Parts: sequence; C-alpha cells; structure tokens
Amino acid sequence: MPQDEQGVMEQGAHATSSPYAPPQPLTLRINGAEHQLDIEPRVTLLDALREVLHLTGTKKGCDRGQCGACTVLVDGQRINSCLTLAVMHDGREITTVEGLGQQDQPHPMQQAFMDCDGFQCGYCTPGQVCSAVALLDEIKQRQASSVTEGEQLEPASLSEDEIRERMSGNLCRCGAYPNIVKAIHSVVLRQA
Amino acid sequence: MQSIFYERARDVNHAIALASEPGAKFIGGGTNLLDLYKSGIEKPVHLVDVSRLSLAGIEELPNGGLRIGAMATNTAVGTDPLVRQRYRVLSEALLNGATTQLRNMATVGGNLLQRTRCYYFTDPAFTHCNKREPGSGCDALEGHQRIHAILGASPHCIATHPSDMAVALAALDAVVHLQGPNGERQVPLIDFHRLPEDHPEIDTVIQPGELITAVELPPMPFARQSHYLKVRDRASYAFALVSVAVALDLDGDTVRDARIALGGVAHKPWRAAEAEALLRGQAFSPELLARAGAAAVNGAQPYPGNAFKVDLARRAVVRALQTVIRKTGGQV
Repeated sequence: MPQDEQGVMEQGAHATSSPYAPPQPLTLRINGAEHQLDIEPRVTLLDALREVLHLTGTKKGCDRGQCGACTVLVDGQRINSCLTLAVMHDGREITTVEGLGQQDQPHPMQQAFMDCDGFQCGYCTPGQVCSAVALLDEIKQRQASSVTEGEQLEPASLSEDEIRERMSGNLCRCGAYPNIVKAIHSVVLRQA
Repeated sequence: MQSIFYERARDVNHAIALASEPGAKFIGGGTNLLDLYKSGIEKPVHLVDVSRLSLAGIEELPNGGLRIGAMATNTAVGTDPLVRQRYRVLSEALLNGATTQLRNMATVGGNLLQRTRCYYFTDPAFTHCNKREPGSGCDALEGHQRIHAILGASPHCIATHPSDMAVALAALDAVVHLQGPNGERQVPLIDFHRLPEDHPEIDTVIQPGELITAVELPPMPFARQSHYLKVRDRASYAFALVSVAVALDLDGDTVRDARIALGGVAHKPWRAAEAEALLRGQAFSPELLARAGAAAVNGAQPYPGNAFKVDLARRAVVRALQTVIRKTGGQV
C-alpha cells in the first residue's frame, strides 16, 4: 500500500480532513554518531530515539513532560524529549543515557547512583542520571535556581535543597529520592 | 494524532509568510503546544518552527531598560545576571515555574501564549468548555474550582492564566513587540491578555499571523527591590494557586512607588492598581500593608471551590510586601 494511503487510513478514525504530511529527511547526531533518517514531522524526539533508532535507554513515562523519564541532553542542555519533535533537532548534538558511559566504564554519576543505591525499579533512572549530569554543568556555570539567594550560585556551598529543587522535574515512584540526592551530592562534592 | 506539516523559518519575514497557511501555528519550545496536540485540543496542520530565529538575545537598552528576545528560553532569562540584579522579580517568577528541563525549552514568546491549565479545558473527556468549543458551556462552574479565577471571570469561563513570568512582566510595565503581515506594533503586557467576557476562546489580542518578537522592560531602578511569591500545593513544579509580584520604591519608611500584580486569580495577570495607589506616598506599617492586601482582592467573586483564594491572595500580598521591605532593611 502506498505511503500516503496508509497515512489517510491511520487518521480515518479521527474524521479529520487534515492531509497527510510525509516523512522528511533529517540528520540526528546522537552520542557522537550521525543518523540520516526519514521521519514524519509529528514524531517526537523520544519516539524517534526509541522506535526508529532503538535507543531504548530513554524511557517513556507520562509522555507529557511531567515525569522526566525521557530526559536527554541537546547541545548539553537537558530537555524532555517527549515534548519536542525530532525534526526540530536536525543537526543538534543529542546525548542519551547510552552516550554517558559504558558497561565497564560507567559515568561517575552512574557509579554514584549504584554506590548510593539511588534507585529501586530503575525505570526513572536513565532520566535521573541524564538530568543530574546536566545539573553538574549548570552548577559549573553558576546558574541560579529558585532557592539561590545571590545573583549566581556559589558552587562550593551547594545545599541538598538546591539539588532537590533542581531535580524536581524527575519523578521516582519508588521514592528513592533521599539516595538520589545523596548520589548527586557525592559527585558534586568530588568535582568541587 | 493528526498529521502535521513542518517548516523551519529562515527569518522573521519568512515566518510571517509561512504563518498565512491555513491551520498554521508557530512552534518555539513546543512544551505546551505539543502537550495539547497529543490531547487533540490543539490541531495544528502546519507548524512553523521559529525556535532558531535570531530572537534569543537579552540586551540592555540605551535608556537603561532591557530587551528580551521572544526566543530567549525561560532558563536564559531567569538565570541572566542582569535580570537577577535589576529585575529580580522576573528571575524569581521564571525560576519558580516548571522544571529545568521545561525551562530549557520554553521561550518567552511561547510562555505568553500558553493556554490555561483548567482541568476542564485540558481534559477532552469534559465536553463543556467554552474555551475549547465556543458555546458548549463551562464544566468548571459546577466542578472543582481550586485553581480557578476569583477576579474578572465571566459566566462563560472561570479559567486562570498559568504563566508566572507574565505576572512579573505585568508588575514591571513590560511591552510586547509584535510583527505581522501588517507590520510591527507594540502592546503593553497588561493589555496583551484578555478577560474571558463573551469570548473565552480568545486568550490574547494577538492577530492571525502575528509573531511576538520581543518583550521590553522599561528602566525601573527600584525593581532591584522586588519579589515573586508563589503559593502552591507543592514546593516545586506546580502551578500557582496564588502568586504575587511586588516591586517597591522605598525612601526610609515611606513608599515612593509600588508595583503589585497577582497570578492564579484571573484570566490574565492581574495588576492591583488600587493597592498600589493606597501605598504611594505613605509610611509603611502593618495596617497599611493589610489595607493594600484587602484592596488587591477588592471585587473578588469567588466560587464555592475557590473562596479560600480571596484570603490567600490578600495575605500573599502582605507577605510579598513584607519580604521586599525586610530585604531592604525595613522593619514591618
């Protein structure tokens, strides 16, 4: 069946007159590798990572930007990959949890989550780790948060309140929060 | 989810030209638009990506004010040292909204155009919503009204505007810069959002094809003494039940000038002009602040589910004023 007919059938249930937008060519740079893809514009970055590139480390929790399980880094900044379209990231540098460390050589943040027992079921963990890795850079840049008093953050005196506030976009339904905070704090203190 | 065409705008004129396509919508950060698209509430046919336009700068103006590009992210503005120094209330409002992940995507322009978080609007299982389907009614009138308006509502809609940033901008006399098929124009922020009246489906005065290009802040030296108080159900990552943006020009214990705006109480950022007038030229005292708090909620018309917000807003105004006075060394 030709592609456009398929599209019309897919949306038939919606009884909409909206025409079918075909896939568009797109280059995604993920964990240092370049991928040439043809993707429908409506596909989110999260679905492109998981369903097209089979990088399933990035998790789909709420798919609405509420839980943070889908957190990835784009040009070093953490974002919710569920609330952005893949096509918007043509040429950007994307880092997923698969790009942070290797099985035998985990990222210091991954090691800290293991050392501090910062998870139970593990579903939120890739998002937590990606978020925490970006947080390290935000601290280096002295970015203020809503609990920062001064104009900029004083990295040396980073409190657990700062970590909790900065990680509020990553939910953990197992409630591993105390050890997640501990894990992140241990890395921050080592890097300070 | 319906199919969407996508094109990235090369520059502002290209964006405006593309926006003339039927069913076209601009996309900046996409955090609200794509959320609503997934629910079938927003139905874009053609997305015009404006996120890479050169509109992300934050520049000091010759008059001492600040020009914030519409594509500056919430993170960029909220953590900008100049914003934190000179317009503290704006930084606090932005950093108290959403999460780092969302703030890294969300843009100033998109923030102004975000839709209400009224449960009866965001959940299509509810069939009566005049904002979604004009003429269908309002399920909130007989529903849970915890997050709904106490000021300026209409029998057709009691939704609130969810932005924290816009509340701070209202207090700072910000001006929205627009460009569209008919050229450029400027709208004071306080006139940018509408009250619901008979047309709750229209949130703002923006016209089809118009793009927000910037927000300008006039010079306001006393905005260094400012504060955003956000009262919410969680300590982080929750919308405001009530919020207050305050800036005070103090001369000893005399209030030379004041700016007060409230969030979470109306369909738009709510400027408390009566409370400001009451403070101007007076020596601050607990009694004066209490009167200002009462004036800020003058005319409130709560529903059974949100009557608590009248007292909450009144007290939040007092608390925000106290905070600014105490930060500048005053005692009250």
